[in-house]
Amino acid sequence: MTQEMDLNQRFEAYIASDQKIEAKDWMPDAYRKTLIRQISQHAHSEIIGMQPEGNWITRAPSLKRKSILLAKVQDEAGHGLYLYSAAETLGITRDEMLDALHTGKAKYSSIFNYPTLTWADMGAIGWLVDGAAIMNQVPLCKCSYGPYARAMVRVCKEESFHQRQGFQIMLNLSNGTPEQKEMAQDALNRWWWPSLMMFGPNDASSKHSEQSMRWKIKRFSNDELRQRFVDMTVPQAELLGLTVPDPDLKWNEATGHYDFGPIDWSEFEQVVAGNGPCNRERIETRVAAHENGAWVRDAAAAYAEKSAERASSQTSAA
Amino acid sequence: MADQQHEWILRLGDDALVLAQRLSEWCSHGPALEEDIALSNIALDLLGQARALLTLAGQREGQGRDEDALAYFRTDREFRNALLVELPNGHFGDTIVRQMLFDQFAVLRYEALASQTVDLELAAIAAKALKEVRYHAAHSAQWVVRLGDGTEESHQRVQESLNVLWPYTAELFEDDAVSQACAEAGVLPLNGSFTARWTEQVRAILDEATLTCPESTALLTGGRSGKHTEHLSYMLAEMQVIQRTYPGAEW
Ligand SMILES: [Fe+2]
Ligand SMILES: [Fe+2]
Ligand SMILES: [Fe+2]
Repeated sequence: MTQEMDLNQRFEAYIASDQKIEAKDWMPDAYRKTLIRQISQHAHSEIIGMQPEGNWITRAPSLKRKSILLAKVQDEAGHGLYLYSAAETLGITRDEMLDALHTGKAKYSSIFNYPTLTWADMGAIGWLVDGAAIMNQVPLCKCSYGPYARAMVRVCKEESFHQRQGFQIMLNLSNGTPEQKEMAQDALNRWWWPSLMMFGPNDASSKHSEQSMRWKIKRFSNDELRQRFVDMTVPQAELLGLTVPDPDLKWNEATGHYDFGPIDWSEFEQVVAGNGPCNRERIETRVAAHENGAWVRDAAAAYAEKSAERASSQTSAA
Repeated sequence: MADQQHEWILRLGDDALVLAQRLSEWCSHGPALEEDIALSNIALDLLGQARALLTLAGQREGQGRDEDALAYFRTDREFRNALLVELPNGHFGDTIVRQMLFDQFAVLRYEALASQTVDLELAAIAAKALKEVRYHAAHSAQWVVRLGDGTEESHQRVQESLNVLWPYTAELFEDDAVSQACAEAGVLPLNGSFTARWTEQVRAILDEATLTCPESTALLTGGRSGKHTEHLSYMLAEMQVIQRTYPGAEW
């Protein structure tokens, strides 16, 4: 009991002095669980997030755009890999995490439950969704858990390319034909509010925030990050000549920030609860990929085992 | 000769483009995350090759068509790829056997193209592509061996893939007036000249994979003259939809 308290105190002091916790260090159970939940959720988001954009790879309107989009979606798969590996350092396997995803026990970012209806959605996702992800993720590069922080450094390097390619698509559309501009505006209309929801509930109703801040798993509150995102994005929308779909949006001279309208949290809760437009398709697609690949993974495992046996019987014969 | 050169480069470019398009369909459907990434990587390499080759084909044609004009505004009757690469992905074993059969050919073809000194622009594209397809060839051969010598189920599945795909391989080695003109110009030896080495290498892979090389002498062909399977037109409908819906727009 007193020993446990000692460990706890040392742990808290360690974190307070901005030191990194490594996989082999002692850590409170709740810290470990919180991290596993957060990192695996993040990994799942990267993987599920491949689907809405993957939806347009075969239809990309130029070979250059096809190649950029394919590289982008491939990066997201890589992010999933780094993050699953980071979570594995905490004593959970990738199979266990995938199982939780496939059975609906684990969550992923709700933004990916919206459909991608036009090519402009590739622009809006890169610009807004990757943009919001960067806001959320840059602070995680300094998170107290070393393997997560290091994974995030690699992830964030690539995310800024994702955001630029999205903005570039929006720019081309905005400077294009009237139909293209309309396509861009429509995409902004559909992705704006879900992007703001990516920062999570308002601070007053966020259940994990306080402890995560103390543990330096989280460095800024949901509302702070959301405000930063709005402040960064609104001028970019102006540059594009597009209208942010919020009648309450206005610059506040006194605060030096944009004021914006209330978020429809009932929609957010619906989507989180599994009733978004694409929740079912996203999981079904993921589960189908996993199940259709089972014989392939089995074969690879069987072959590896046979090869190892052959190698060891050769050495013992020699 | 100039006409036929353009035609020849189109064949190379279309092989790469159509296979890249097929492989990109795998994105987020792979059997494991690592393999999703590997297939996307191969698709990206092939797409890069296709862009360079189609650009060159357009320049040689001299009618102002760029890579996108050639990719998005030709019909299936104007595509020049071999039938093998347009076949639907099927399951992972089908895709990987198709890939192995093609990769082994692509390595030989790019080796020859990279070492000729008649068409230096094409040689430069081939030299870069060669490094890529050697890696693809190692990857697909490794998987054929794993699946062939994996479980009983995987063995049966890829043997079946091989049996179905085999009749499409002979087309790769066919020669016609176009390939003969190219051979005479010294750009690339006749396709038929690759048969022996390809067969030897493929047999070695199949042996290691404990798979049986099909005896079939059936020859399914037509791609080089624009007579494709029914599948290609659907693939192009999907690939070309935005360009064709909004002609003249820039993306
Ligand atoms: Fe990502
Ligand atoms: Fe992310
Ligand atoms: Fe991203």
